[in-house]
Amino acid sequence: MAAPRPLQFDTLSLHAGQRPDPVTGARATPIYFTTSFVFRDADHAAAMFNMERGGHVYSRISNPTNAVLEERIAALEGGVGAIATASGQAALHLAIATIAGAGSHVVASRALYGGSHNLLSYTLPRFGVETSFVDPRDLGAWKKAIRPNTRLLFGETLGNPGLDVLDIPSVSAIAHEARLPLLVDSTFTTPYLLKPFDHGADLVYHSATKFLGGHGVAIGGVLVDGGTFDWEASGKFPELTEPYAGFHGMDFQEESTVAAFLLRARREGLRDFGACMSPASAFQILQGVETLPLRMERHVENTRKAVEFLARQPGVQSIAYPELDSHPDHALARKLLPRGCGAVFSFDLKEGRDGGRRFIEGLRIFSHLANVGDAKSLVIHPASTTHFRMSDAALAQAGIGPGTVRLSVGLEDPEDLLEDLSRGLRAAKA
Amino acid sequence: MDLRIGGESAYAYTGGKAFDPRLPAIVFIHGGELDHCVWILQSRYLAHHGHAVLAVDLPGHGRSGGAPLANIGAMADWIVALLDAAKLDSAALVGHSMGSLVALDCAARYPERVNRVALVGTGFPMRVSPDLLEATKASEPEALRMINFWSHAAHAHYPGNPGPGFWVAGGNLRLLQRQKPGVLHADFAACESYRSGLERAAQVKCPALLVLGRLDAMTPARVGRDLAGAIPNSMLKTLNDSGHNLMGEKPDEVLDALVEFLRA
Repeated sequence: MAAPRPLQFDTLSLHAGQRPDPVTGARATPIYFTTSFVFRDADHAAAMFNMERGGHVYSRISNPTNAVLEERIAALEGGVGAIATASGQAALHLAIATIAGAGSHVVASRALYGGSHNLLSYTLPRFGVETSFVDPRDLGAWKKAIRPNTRLLFGETLGNPGLDVLDIPSVSAIAHEARLPLLVDSTFTTPYLLKPFDHGADLVYHSATKFLGGHGVAIGGVLVDGGTFDWEASGKFPELTEPYAGFHGMDFQEESTVAAFLLRARREGLRDFGACMSPASAFQILQGVETLPLRMERHVENTRKAVEFLARQPGVQSIAYPELDSHPDHALARKLLPRGCGAVFSFDLKEGRDGGRRFIEGLRIFSHLANVGDAKSLVIHPASTTHFRMSDAALAQAGIGPGTVRLSVGLEDPEDLLEDLSRGLRAAKA
Repeated sequence: MDLRIGGESAYAYTGGKAFDPRLPAIVFIHGGELDHCVWILQSRYLAHHGHAVLAVDLPGHGRSGGAPLANIGAMADWIVALLDAAKLDSAALVGHSMGSLVALDCAARYPERVNRVALVGTGFPMRVSPDLLEATKASEPEALRMINFWSHAAHAHYPGNPGPGFWVAGGNLRLLQRQKPGVLHADFAACESYRSGLERAAQVKCPALLVLGRLDAMTPARVGRDLAGAIPNSMLKTLNDSGHNLMGEKPDEVLDALVEFLRA
């Protein structure tokens, strides 16, 4: 018996979720710029509203262009489906709001993107959702922080700012032992470098603004359901396992054994919070996804050269990149991230805060801005920008030094990038 | 809805409406290693259009208790016990793949209890190669991946597909993986060992509909057509561009075919 050969990652990046339009012959995914969709007749309309037939009603809930992006990312991640959202932050909010409410509790890694930290620390508590932050490397702390009202464990595949590698197999085991799901922000790794569902995660989201889109032209997020978590067996999620008065008394787990989360997230979260993606953004992000494998390979290749170069420079005090022996998660990275540890990393200049400022101003190719995951190389000096109000002591608490510089390495000629870094280092010394 | 059959719990989805045995009843029967939710759109629509719906989880599958039944005849007997438990004199049966053999066997052996029968993704014989059958026992995860691959016609939908955001092949794989260990082998062995398909086909008295996928690699359309030819009062509907997972790949077309058949 010849074993079948499923389509591989590179092919799915180009084809999953879409075939040429049989009516027009359009090969590329059309942008469906329409708010709403015509019903065939009254019965069809009623059936669509009652989830008796699938299809599109209104573009806040679903749109054919967005659906292609959603299916493609779900295929690349190995999930059951996905929801495209207005931003990565909207994806995180949708994930939490679908299964947590006032009185709920989240356990999160403390090594998070600042925006996620703000949402969990300051905004969600106003709505009754509290978060305990833990050192992501301290497995005992994850376990200890779980309370009876905990609904979710959450971390980033590569944490901010030190690129802490999330031990997804161990943290998911802790979550599952407590009958809880693990949500993972996989923005920095993309499914090309790491597929969290293969290691035990239950929900994954991306800021698609970054590497998935890859060109810095569209803001968006994608939330993916792995279809692995048994909400019924958990007994902690009445939102998914009991009739919901807000949608025809639907019991989502009864409707779909493996996609209950996704059903509620779309039928409630997108409907009521409304943080949907524009089909134009979906189209732009799809263009990026088509070349994701090629770009990520080059991103990692260039990053390795930049890391190797910086490691040899006397003006550089330290580099946080998990492929280096010196990184505390080196062994875990070899296991979970054999294709590479992404293209975003931080290093510390010996010249401190002023040196960091001079370094940035000495660069000509790296763009000084607050983003990562662009085809173009990017740089930021937190002590003079995002964290400029903080003292050195306060910076240290956040894992940031006065001379810490974060790079997002792009796709330019690597020698040009190394020359630019040399220029910056010379400026830093002045 | 939870029933008791032979001392075990038996679960049936009622389409999002309270079950009313006074309405014309339809029993949906899933295929091997699956559960009721493969019929969600079709069963939900019909429950909201004048039918009493029971989309069952066969014994040992999904939410139903007990062990998987060893052969198609025993599953057909279980369906009749379900009709008794739900206080139904008769019902239309709609079955997919293994479930279609159950529906066929039941319609032939219990003509007074089955008023229509629809067979989706069907054919006889429903052969399982010795290598695949062995894999269902020795290497279940790998067997599930192979079965899922062969169950779908294509890697993608055309624009405007009716399942926004759902990766149909991924959802089907997770559903296969959700069933208990041992169920897969029991189901595939039951299909392989079923020998009386043509005999039962000739005994079917009620109207029958067969819905086939032109690109079905699990139950090829050719074998489905042979079975249709053996059923005296049968109609055939072949869906282009669909594989074995017809309810996932062509949900509207399957529903439309069922609505037309049930209305005729």
